Amino acid sequence: MAQSTIHSLHNNAADQVNNSIATDDVLVIGNGMVGHYFVEQLREQSPHCTIRVLSGESRLAYDRVHLSEFFSGKTADDLAMTTPERYDALNVKFHTNAWVSDIDKTNRVVTTKNGEKYAYDKLVLATGSYPFVPPIAGNTQAHCLVYRTIEDLHNIQASAQVSKVGVVVGGGLLGLEAANALKEAGLKTHVVEFAPQLMAVQLDESGGRLLRDKINDLDVTVHTQKATQEIVAGETCRYRMNFADDTFLETDMILFSAGIRPSDGLAKAHDIAIGERGGIVIDDNCLTSEKCIYAIGECALWQQRIYGLVAPGYTMARAAVSHIIHGKTPRTLKFEGADMSTKLKLMGVEVGSIGDAHAATPSAMSYTYENQPAGVYKKIVIDATQKKLLGAVLVGDTNDYDTLLQYALNDIDLPEFPEALILPSSGDTTPALGADALPLTATICSCHNVSKGDIVAAIDAGSCDLNAIKSCTKASSGCGGCSALLKNVVDSELEKRGVEVKKDICEHFAHSRQELFHIVKVEGIKNFDTLITRHGKGLGCEICKPAAASIFASVYNEFILQKEHLSLQDTNDIFLGNMQKDGTYSVVPRVPGGEITPEKLILLGEVAKDYRLYTKITGGQRVDLFGARVEDLPDIWERLVKGGFETGHAYAKALRTVKSCVGSTWCRYGVQDAVGKAIDLENRYKGLRAPHKIKFAVSGCTRECAEAQSKDIGIIATDNGWNLYVCGNGGMKPRHGDLFATDLDSDTLVKYIDRVLSFYVKTADRLQRTSVWMDNMEGGLAYLQDVIINDSLGIASELEVQMQSVVDTYQCEWKTAIESPESRKRFRQFVNSKESDSNITFVEERGQIRPATEEEKHNIKIVELA
Amino acid sequence: MTTHVNTSNTAVNSSAQKVCSLSDLIENSGVCALVNGVQVALFQLKDPTGHVSIYALSNWDPIGRANVMYRGLLGSIGEEPVICSPLYKQHYSLLSGKCFENDEAQLNVFACQLQGDSVFVSVSALHTDAA
Repeated sequence: MAQSTIHSLHNNAADQVNNSIATDDVLVIGNGMVGHYFVEQLREQSPHCTIRVLSGESRLAYDRVHLSEFFSGKTADDLAMTTPERYDALNVKFHTNAWVSDIDKTNRVVTTKNGEKYAYDKLVLATGSYPFVPPIAGNTQAHCLVYRTIEDLHNIQASAQVSKVGVVVGGGLLGLEAANALKEAGLKTHVVEFAPQLMAVQLDESGGRLLRDKINDLDVTVHTQKATQEIVAGETCRYRMNFADDTFLETDMILFSAGIRPSDGLAKAHDIAIGERGGIVIDDNCLTSEKCIYAIGECALWQQRIYGLVAPGYTMARAAVSHIIHGKTPRTLKFEGADMSTKLKLMGVEVGSIGDAHAATPSAMSYTYENQPAGVYKKIVIDATQKKLLGAVLVGDTNDYDTLLQYALNDIDLPEFPEALILPSSGDTTPALGADALPLTATICSCHNVSKGDIVAAIDAGSCDLNAIKSCTKASSGCGGCSALLKNVVDSELEKRGVEVKKDICEHFAHSRQELFHIVKVEGIKNFDTLITRHGKGLGCEICKPAAASIFASVYNEFILQKEHLSLQDTNDIFLGNMQKDGTYSVVPRVPGGEITPEKLILLGEVAKDYRLYTKITGGQRVDLFGARVEDLPDIWERLVKGGFETGHAYAKALRTVKSCVGSTWCRYGVQDAVGKAIDLENRYKGLRAPHKIKFAVSGCTRECAEAQSKDIGIIATDNGWNLYVCGNGGMKPRHGDLFATDLDSDTLVKYIDRVLSFYVKTADRLQRTSVWMDNMEGGLAYLQDVIINDSLGIASELEVQMQSVVDTYQCEWKTAIESPESRKRFRQFVNSKESDSNITFVEERGQIRPATEEEKHNIKIVELA
Repeated sequence: MTTHVNTSNTAVNSSAQKVCSLSDLIENSGVCALVNGVQVALFQLKDPTGHVSIYALSNWDPIGRANVMYRGLLGSIGEEPVICSPLYKQHYSLLSGKCFENDEAQLNVFACQLQGDSVFVSVSALHTDAA
């Protein structure tokens, strides 16, 4: 941003009057955290304007939030947020010990106590606050201190060296921080609070009580409802504090941390508007009653509120910078209040407070959970409609904080049973949130370390489609594994901003996959030409063609290499194998449930040996044979099919495997025949084509050796039948399946799986796994249960019929392919030659083949030539 | 069936040779021919109106570094017919061989012609970068 964008630079009148003083564009009084942040933001956005900082303290900005770490060994330098060198480098003029005593508003000149004068064009008051010391007789004695600056810390340290007992007056957030500091300094520490509980602003009574218990356990004695009357000479210690209830406490030193008051004296003395109870009044642009004077941070009063946290102060700083640079325009950032939710660790105790923690909203209701043995208290406050989260209190366990905060800040509809949000997770019942509720800190793309916040920032900066976001954040340009999640986040963010999100599958169809599925079914369309002629344009692409092929397969289940379907198939489907980096394929026969006879194992070994294939056991309990040349595939499969194998669909977005443990047949602990069940299920659903791959597992008992909870469909045996878990997955964003139904008999189990999978195939987006599909449904698990178990949509029988038709029309694609001379022709490497692809070369490693690297290929050639 | 012959490169000259018959090609998909040691991907594109075109490009995927282009999916970007690499999904124009995602990647485009039922391809000696 060029200097020229600053409005009304160099007031002429001021220049004429102060011709002996250089006028700065922006003069900042105060160099606390907010004042410093303002300077950095301004410099970043306006590289050339002149900035001068006057700090009343002897040093530049430091981190006040972590002051107590001074007592655990950090130095003033460690806490520093900037240095003179850094300000020099930023071309920021600064003066420490420069306490401003006068503002001449007419001529725009300030004067410091030392008599120095500085002229300004814009003045920013970032004077912060000072600690409130209650008016108690004797509060000015030598060892009565406050906790605010590094100088205060030096005083506390000096006092602690000649003290054994210390008291903090004030049991709020800052008071407890200060108590931690005294404890770190080695004192026997007490906290004295006037109110009946600790952290009265953020916590309710029960939360406060638990916090008190926990802090007492840490050997810090908490005294509540104590009003100190006077501080007199002590008998066993230096002082005695006499309380209104005629009790007393002996201590060697006292630290006042009973709240803050805005440092508004300078403004008040120069007729800048001040609130009734203090604070420099500001508008949404952080302007005071004077048109060239701004106030930000803890000295500022916005709509009768002082914000005593650093984050709102930063927001004010950004708003002030924006107004200074742009003036009043529609794009100028405004300060519009701030969320005061907090999560922190006080002396090792986790505390969180969100929104209306006290249920002060009319008709608000709450849910509470308290676990005294574990020292955990959680409360959520919901509105009268029971749809929105208003606030929450968490003590002892703040794991739910991020999720709850997302609900509160984004007005997300609560799940049907909101208590599940704070009840201890029994593994499966805590409602998961879709992309919408992921915290901004959530990593979306781990290759390029792009968080949801980065994506949101890119959208705010003007990127308004997926490609633009990909190119400016680099998200999903690494391994690409996050593309579906990225799209989810982007779509939900765009929708939030009112941008219409096209669900179009690609440029050739203005329809989503679900819409195409519906069209295909209703119109009885059986080939791509008809589909694109009636509903699309162009020739199609690698997105819509395989999607259409998958839909045709789900609806009609015809042979995928049939003439009209062949050209639609994706890389892997088209040759019924997984293409590897060198253009060879892997061969993966189906081994239902992972059960295999010695004869079949031997056949696999013989085929691998005869065709020199690399063999590896897969995670899905079968054997992968790598390095097969395309022209060898039919012969390899001919032998496998003859030996009783079928295709494993490892190449397809379809049912892959049903993994099993050994079950009750052999295992001492098994309660049901897991292998038998796995084989039955794999044989039922094999060949089912879906929006993404589907994996199952069956465990024979609760020990869960088959890891069923990490699968799309997981089944765990119980004494009474089977527990069904749905929508789990491994991969880049692992998710445990949700417990869907318990103690099912075999028929009901199959019925539910039929319905769930048919519903998924019918309604999911392309490449959307079951977990994302369910999480994106309004109502999530509960809704899915309602549809499947209670038949709330009245489609259960239709879903079952759909599945039965897929089951009835199953064919092994490899068997069909090798029996058709026309299909076999497709597997020739060259239409005019029997030669092989000379680029495919292998070297040996650990007794097997692997593809040669480029370098190795090069060397081999040289050897051959020589 | 009317057959449009790809003319995006120099005309088929005397060096053109017969590589296969029309029935060896697969509608809306690719096959591969070996022509003077060069792997050539042959695509037969039939649009929904029934109009057929034949294209010959190098089979070498310059980004995936393997001889696989004929196994890709055919489609279009705007008006331009394209082949999508089966390895990493870059799109190449069937007319110019240019890669849409990477300015430096390019497939060779060979002249080809249908004479009667025979497909003729001409491979220039310069186009032998396919390993």
